[in-house]
Amino acid sequence: MELESLYQEVILDHYKHPANKKLSPDYTAQVHHVNTSCGDEITLNLSLKDGLISQVSWEGVGCSISQASTSIMTDLMIGKNTESALSVLGEFTSLMQSKGLAKGDELVLEDAVALAGVSKFPARIKCALLGWMAFKDAISQSVTQQEK
Amino acid sequence: MTSPIDVAALKRDFAIFDKKMRGGKQLVYLDSGATSQKPRQVLDAERFFYENNNAAVHRGAHLLAEEANEAYEGARQIVADFIGAGADETIFTKSATESLNLIAYSFGNSKPGSKFHLKAGDRIVVSEMEHHANLIPWQQLAKRTGAELVWFEITEEGRLDLSKIADVINKKTKIVAITHQSNVLGTINPIQEITQAAKKVGAVVVLDACQSAPHFQIDVKELGIDFLAFSGHKALGPTGVGICWGKGEHLSEMEPFLTGGSMIETVTMTDATWAPAPRKFEAGVPNMAQAVGLAAALNYLSKIGMDRVAEHDALLTEYALSKLVALPGVSVIGPQNGLDRGAVVSFTIDGIHPHDVGQALDGNGIAVRTGHHCAWPLMRKLNLVGTTRASFYIYNDLQDIDILVQSIGEAQKFFGVL
Repeated sequence: MELESLYQEVILDHYKHPANKKLSPDYTAQVHHVNTSCGDEITLNLSLKDGLISQVSWEGVGCSISQASTSIMTDLMIGKNTESALSVLGEFTSLMQSKGLAKGDELVLEDAVALAGVSKFPARIKCALLGWMAFKDAISQSVTQQEK
Repeated sequence: MTSPIDVAALKRDFAIFDKKMRGGKQLVYLDSGATSQKPRQVLDAERFFYENNNAAVHRGAHLLAEEANEAYEGARQIVADFIGAGADETIFTKSATESLNLIAYSFGNSKPGSKFHLKAGDRIVVSEMEHHANLIPWQQLAKRTGAELVWFEITEEGRLDLSKIADVINKKTKIVAITHQSNVLGTINPIQEITQAAKKVGAVVVLDACQSAPHFQIDVKELGIDFLAFSGHKALGPTGVGICWGKGEHLSEMEPFLTGGSMIETVTMTDATWAPAPRKFEAGVPNMAQAVGLAAALNYLSKIGMDRVAEHDALLTEYALSKLVALPGVSVIGPQNGLDRGAVVSFTIDGIHPHDVGQALDGNGIAVRTGHHCAWPLMRKLNLVGTTRASFYIYNDLQDIDILVQSIGEAQKFFGVL
């Protein structure tokens, strides 16, 4: 059934027990993103230390796809340097645009490959990308801030 | 209780119900509040116009121009009759949103001395249950003119709170813009009470009839309103056509909204004068085929009879409410019974986000609306991120609601919230 292909067990697990879902008091950059088509919102705090992503925390409301995807993303990004984080993000974005044809590289995307099925549902791609786009924005703001 | 409409027979006019949904499921279309499906008669009317009468109206002396004119103006008469109005007061726009903007921008263009001129100290009244189309044009008009925007709140039950009506509609009030029926709560508002209060202070009443005109008999005179807007596509008609009705005495005094061809009387290089309404408000070559399609749609509804449409809607709404209210973990938003309530039922399910509800229902061929329904301020007031909305029309039957109810149970099981 289509529904099970979209909502993999991993997704429902992350939805029920989201990782890093509590805003850290300190951060290099804080961003707030909204999905205007459905009203989902996310606030994300990001800390950069010596070129490494030391902390990603978030708070927000949204559907299981957006919540699980954000949770998975934070697990994936913490500890990476900005360059490899952005490369993972690029790989996830292409997976989402693959119209159901790509499976995703588990070595790179880890749990995020469970979201591959989302690419078959154009209306849900934005849900899956909400947290990732907030993260991308936070990275670019952090880098600009550190350059100052 | 049986419906006065033979749904199975009527459905044969709507080709879309032959479509197979995901997994080969049949379509259960519960999203008419967003847009209705179209019967063949509407599509045929548009096609007939293009194949037989197509020419630009109000210009040209050839046979086709004459026929196009007749078709377009004939459509106007059918729309006018449908709402108890005069043809000269009935304006074709591209959408209800454009109709409401037409009124707001025309008022904004009024010069000092005009009864429509707005300035600081004047007041525009809306309500908390407006969808964005009947909120933002007024909110922005208030910003541009310095007028004050105030609003009716809603009660716990999801009805308009009119307890402070004399304070809200006061001597400063120039415009009251209100929805006839909420697109989220289903609530049908007591318009007469509002028009009486408005009349006392000389304010005009703009009625947003997007959710009401397709579903029950509207008579603009009986309602005592000054302006009315509705969209064609929610009333079985094509997209790209809306209606703006205004009292003739108002329209003749109002400034135009869009300017250009068709809407002029005389033009020099430095000045222009306006044609009388409705043409003053129809700049450019109009949406003729869509107007003709809308007329066919309204004829289709009139042939069924708007009383029967309303009775059918009421039957479905009562049935859906009784079923949904009884479901564990499901909360119906808005009035819990069918009294003064239209064919729209919004609900939330504990532990499942509306977007996921919509996805799960889609798996069973059910089309519903999910999210904030273009009524973000109302969602905030209700403390909700969004709802799932099922809305009904002439091609729905009780079985559609049974499938909805059963699918909700399946979704609850799937997401492990029951």
